[in-house]
Amino acid sequence: MTKGMRIRNLQELENVRKQYDEKQKKYQYRVAVCSGTGCISSKCEDVRDALLEAIDKNGLAEKVFVSCTGCIGLCSLGPLMAVYPEGVLYTELTPELIPEIVKSHLVNGEIKTENTYFDVKKKEHVPHINDIDFFKDQVRISLRNCGYIDCTSLEEYIARDGYQAFARALLEMKPAEVVREVKSSGLRGRGGAGFPTGVKWESTLNTPGKEKYIICNADEGIPGSYMDKALLEGDPHTIIEGMLIGAYAVGATSGYAYIRAEYPLAVERLDIAINQARKAGLLGVNILGSRFDFDIEIRTGAGAFICGEETAMLQSIEGLRGEPRQKPPLPTESGLFGKPTVINNVETLASIPPILLNGPAWYSAFGTEDTKGTKIFSLSGNMVNNGLIEVPMGVTLRKILEEISGGMKDNKTFKAAQTGGPSGGCITSEFLDTPLDFSSMQKIGTIMGSGDFVVMDEDTCMIDMVKYFMEFVQEESCGRCTSCRIGTKRMLEIIERITLGEGKEGDVELLEELGYTIQETSACGLGQTAPNSVLSTIRYFRDEYNEHIRNKHCRGGICTDLAQVSRAGKTEGQPCKVLQLTTRR
Amino acid sequence: MQSLTINNKKVTAEEGMTILEAAKKNNIFIPHFCFLEGIHQVGSCRICVVEIEGVKALQPSCSTRVKEGMVVHSNTERVKKARRVLYELMLSDHPKDCLICKRNQTCEFQKLGELLGIEEYRFEGEQSKTYVDDSSPSIIRDTSKCILCRRCVTVCNEIQGVGVLNVQGRSFKTVIGPAHQLPLNSVNCTYCGQCTVVCPVGALQERDSTHTVWQALFDKSKRVIIQTAPAIRAALGEEFGYEPGTLVTGKMVTALRDIGFDEVFDTNFAADLTILEEGNELLKRLADAFAGKPAVLPMVTSCSPGWIKYVEHTFPEELDHISTCKSPHMMLGALIKSYYAKKIKVDPKDIFVVSVMPCTAKKFEITRPEMKNGGYPNVDAVLTTRELARMIKDAGIQFKTLEDSRFDSPLGLSTGAADIFAATGGVMEAALRTVYEVVTGRELPFGGLHVTPIIGLEQIKTAEITITDPVEAYKFLDGVTVKIAVTSGLMGAKQLMDEVSSGNSPYHFIEVMGCPGGCISGGGQPRPTNNEIRQKRLLAIYSEDDHKQLRKSHENPFVIKLYEDFLGEPLGHKSHELLHTHYTKRNHLVDFQECAETIGIR
Repeated sequence: MTKGMRIRNLQELENVRKQYDEKQKKYQYRVAVCSGTGCISSKCEDVRDALLEAIDKNGLAEKVFVSCTGCIGLCSLGPLMAVYPEGVLYTELTPELIPEIVKSHLVNGEIKTENTYFDVKKKEHVPHINDIDFFKDQVRISLRNCGYIDCTSLEEYIARDGYQAFARALLEMKPAEVVREVKSSGLRGRGGAGFPTGVKWESTLNTPGKEKYIICNADEGIPGSYMDKALLEGDPHTIIEGMLIGAYAVGATSGYAYIRAEYPLAVERLDIAINQARKAGLLGVNILGSRFDFDIEIRTGAGAFICGEETAMLQSIEGLRGEPRQKPPLPTESGLFGKPTVINNVETLASIPPILLNGPAWYSAFGTEDTKGTKIFSLSGNMVNNGLIEVPMGVTLRKILEEISGGMKDNKTFKAAQTGGPSGGCITSEFLDTPLDFSSMQKIGTIMGSGDFVVMDEDTCMIDMVKYFMEFVQEESCGRCTSCRIGTKRMLEIIERITLGEGKEGDVELLEELGYTIQETSACGLGQTAPNSVLSTIRYFRDEYNEHIRNKHCRGGICTDLAQVSRAGKTEGQPCKVLQLTTRR
Repeated sequence: MQSLTINNKKVTAEEGMTILEAAKKNNIFIPHFCFLEGIHQVGSCRICVVEIEGVKALQPSCSTRVKEGMVVHSNTERVKKARRVLYELMLSDHPKDCLICKRNQTCEFQKLGELLGIEEYRFEGEQSKTYVDDSSPSIIRDTSKCILCRRCVTVCNEIQGVGVLNVQGRSFKTVIGPAHQLPLNSVNCTYCGQCTVVCPVGALQERDSTHTVWQALFDKSKRVIIQTAPAIRAALGEEFGYEPGTLVTGKMVTALRDIGFDEVFDTNFAADLTILEEGNELLKRLADAFAGKPAVLPMVTSCSPGWIKYVEHTFPEELDHISTCKSPHMMLGALIKSYYAKKIKVDPKDIFVVSVMPCTAKKFEITRPEMKNGGYPNVDAVLTTRELARMIKDAGIQFKTLEDSRFDSPLGLSTGAADIFAATGGVMEAALRTVYEVVTGRELPFGGLHVTPIIGLEQIKTAEITITDPVEAYKFLDGVTVKIAVTSGLMGAKQLMDEVSSGNSPYHFIEVMGCPGGCISGGGQPRPTNNEIRQKRLLAIYSEDDHKQLRKSHENPFVIKLYEDFLGEPLGHKSHELLHTHYTKRNHLVDFQECAETIGIR
């Protein structure tokens, strides 16, 4: 886009897209280099530099377009690079590999197969993304641009229908119509509770008030969750567009994006995008000549998990101590600074533009009766391939585990998958074929949460695993309710003594008694779900607790302080090895 | 009105009422703990949880509002079980040293345990806090006893607007206290002690002075003289089972003699004296102002040391507005060690002055370096009403059986104007009774001498009095409407001082008392204190005034004699030396450098 150019109406938005498409026609290749936090930590920046150097050396600057993208998805194999139009995925790159790949693929047009994705099960390279099991069954709606477009370019976003949905809503629809479309799409909030987004919007729209707010909840804090981060880093404009649509629909004039401070790159990229949108006139006053005013301010959290709870977030934005407020009133009635406020999760907002563009019927064709649409899952743990996937609701864990992820690593046996982080529970092998949606997961004793899956194999000690989660919830308790503040501490102490071989007869019952009291008497969602990981493992793995207590035996060989060590040669205990991978600090 | 069912009983409640309030109104007791009527209902302890049919989790009855048709149970197995576990959890993080705790038998946590019949410790584990802050001369904070009910936080922030006590950190390690665990004496704590009144356990208490006072009494070389503030007589009885609002002046004096104090004087005497000094100070400021000389108005009263510390921290640039009069007990202390010492021919070094005060800030006040004359502190020890009660009990005195007796002469005689110093609006009314008469030669034109618009518990009260036909010396006030304001509690003080500091204050004279309701509900008064109790104590104070023959400070014969024999005239040289003081500008952090080092920042 020309510097200083403003988009003042629909026609100008269309022009930007046309001009950009025209400009892109000269390129023969688009190379997407993953620049998400995960790949940056495996030095993707060096890979990018080597790529640019090689392109320059080979005189390809007019032929190859390099796009620094957000997360491509296969995080465990980063740094990643995808070459389009063929869609060939190169994995585990180093700067040294780049000159050869450039020469072969971009100069000579021959795919350098040995550096492409390797399927461990089939024992062969699978170069094309669309042939890779991890990608082929994905339906990328929220993630539609992630890993493809340059994440710092407004034009790239506009060229992929960006801001079209907003323009349509703003210029052609009444707020109530927008609400109706979202409502009939069946979209449920992706932050964890699964509350119907359209209903939330409707209630905010119907609450009278001159000033209203929309807040993007990007305080993603569940260990093992990173979908919000990926969206903010990879496609920040879609969040802005989602917020714009929501603001117009409910009548908000100001918005806040509350992002945890531990996501500096997400903050940086969203900030760049907000400034681009402001300069282009997509944020500010009289947007697209419609007399609609709206702007977004970024607020960073200070590291408290509880600030992801919507009322604690309101407190935090207001400059107060981050603690949940008594509900009712709901934020939609009296939220930020006492004004009607709608709070939506990042992934929810990212689903909004495609819903408006393609219609609610298109969206609700995906998913199950209970939960429409698609869901991003973040996979971590003992599987062959870990990373981010987006699949229709209703997919089974077996499909994710055995097909998409390529099965368990090292041919180990699946033991359980923890979902919903500390607030959730575990799915054991008997439930592998349950179609996953909000209700079905609740039925089997866990929750959807934000869509995090931590998969564990036979070597995992479940008690060691819950110790990690109890440490987490204890540390993150805001400290107000007795039950959560002291209760989780005492539960943690009991679990600790069980893992040390000092467990006593009756400890499991004590854990249950404490757990139920905490669930029943805590004020907020964090407290009410704090004991879930313990209660869920007691439900499915009670024997393991008893073995620790009575036989001083740990099946996983993790709790080495027990009097006996279960397996010879396995004496080096480590704190939960699966969760180490996903630990947030 | 809404109808609901609580424990199978059909009851009605007003809309907006909480379940707990509705239950109480209908004589159903739901055990609760952190809740404090009208002040604190954040539902942090969760003890008051109840089962509501149709609602999944248990709900705190203190902060859940009633709804038409609601069916509530507070005695089901589920509720009782949860309540017990909650109590046991709190107990697991509380020291079990009840026998050596000052709150033994007055501890609300102990009482609840008794009610629930807890018989064992099931959840013992790590203790979260051990820190004791004894940096302040007024308030000791023992975090190990704190059960995080947060009442003190509410009082400090929402009632007093001081904001020193707050929730710090999170998780099991959550503590209540100043930021960065700074000691109280390094922050802007006013030492008002309202936190010590609401603390249900022994976490917040006045610094004990009973041992010091006993030691002085045991010391044969000391002449130990005690004085009692106006508010004590209207509240001390509560510690001995009397109804709130029972005046126990005579029994109190007898008890003090029985304990062994050599003289029992009345701070009220000095309250009368204060009116003469402060009244004249006001008149001088008015005269200067009307003569075009530099004069700082409005003038603000200075009897309340919590208020003084507050204004020093919060409005350090406005200290000229504060009357230079010492608080009454400091005046009396100064007189005891000068005028009275000479009279009885005792070296002031051998005199030990004890003040019984409704106040914790007074403990700090006596340590102020300017509160000394001739090298001796004006007052040597301050006891709160609660501490005095402990001493009386400790001395084996059966308070209820005591005969009445009178204060000693000459520093024990007072007028009704002095009595009402104990209540919000009282100092103002007492001052007006004298000042109006001095200016006009006529009695204050209010029924029973009571300036009704400034009586009562509202936060800010105002009145206007137009001067007509003044005596010759005050002709300049003819036709002038004097505007006054009265407030109690520091929230109201802030409002009035904001006006002062912005130059928009319409008033000539402002009375501020640091505690809501005034000294009758000071930080050293018996627990509990609520508006109902405040009202009763207030009525008692006014009835003491109404029953006196002398009701105007300038009519106190011993005060008149004191001026003749010793002081000369109000605002005279001797007065300035003994009865007046100056103030110190303070920041929010007392010493920023030191604090920075304490918390390890540069």
